[in-house]
Amino acid sequence: MKKHALAGAVVLLLLGAAAYGALYVAPTERTMGTIQRIFYIHVPSAWTGLTAFFICFVANLFYVFRRQPRWDWLAVSAAEVGLAFTTVVLITGPVWAHPVWGIWWTWDARLTSTFVLWLLYVSYLLLRTLVEEPDRRALFSALFGIFAFIDVPLVFGSIRWWRTQHPQPVIMGGAGSGLEPTMRWVLLFSWLAMLSLMALLLRARYDVAAMRGELETLQRDAEAA
Amino acid sequence: MKNLDSVFAAYLIAWGVFFVYYLTVARRTSTLRDDLERLKNTLNRGK
Repeated sequence: MKKHALAGAVVLLLLGAAAYGALYVAPTERTMGTIQRIFYIHVPSAWTGLTAFFICFVANLFYVFRRQPRWDWLAVSAAEVGLAFTTVVLITGPVWAHPVWGIWWTWDARLTSTFVLWLLYVSYLLLRTLVEEPDRRALFSALFGIFAFIDVPLVFGSIRWWRTQHPQPVIMGGAGSGLEPTMRWVLLFSWLAMLSLMALLLRARYDVAAMRGELETLQRDAEAA
Repeated sequence: MKNLDSVFAAYLIAWGVFFVYYLTVARRTSTLRDDLERLKNTLNRGK
């Protein structure tokens, strides 16, 4: 309990420092002005969400090959945490877009593929509620989770392969892309803070999945006895 | 400082989403812990 409280305090400290960096340390962007500061929560949330979905994908693969419940617990936890981060991306994006583009939303390749990603992982979680038997539920959702991950490279590549309303990449975007050094450091620090939050949420959610697994096993044993 | 309210709104909404999500996880943890405790007690009494 004491360890959890300490981890929570460290995460809060990192998030506070990241917000301070985003609002006060990073220079104001020349074209967009103050509104561009949403970048420091929007982009790290997106990267962290994709990281969580990658963890989910790897855990699903491990479940398919090893059939150990702990991989299923990790997969469902990572899917749910990734969904929380992607929800933040889908909310902060339009708040940023409206003053800059004059519209809240457009169905370009990046926005659409991100929305589809969100829908796929909502479906992944809904699918789990439809199957009662734990082993079948874990296998079906692992297979669906592996399929759902196909959208992640599409989200990554959408602004590189197609012309979009969404801005072009500023990191790993090839020639002509890049960020002013202070902006880059604030962005990377904000990502670190988000990753620490993801680790905290993932740990807490994994405990829930593990307890539910234990409860289901005990209930099955009690019914069989 | 044009659009500062939108910037603060974005940060508040983001933190709000994470906070509410953390609360739902904490509530599920406490409910499951109680359920497990109750089931274990019932099973022990039955032995």
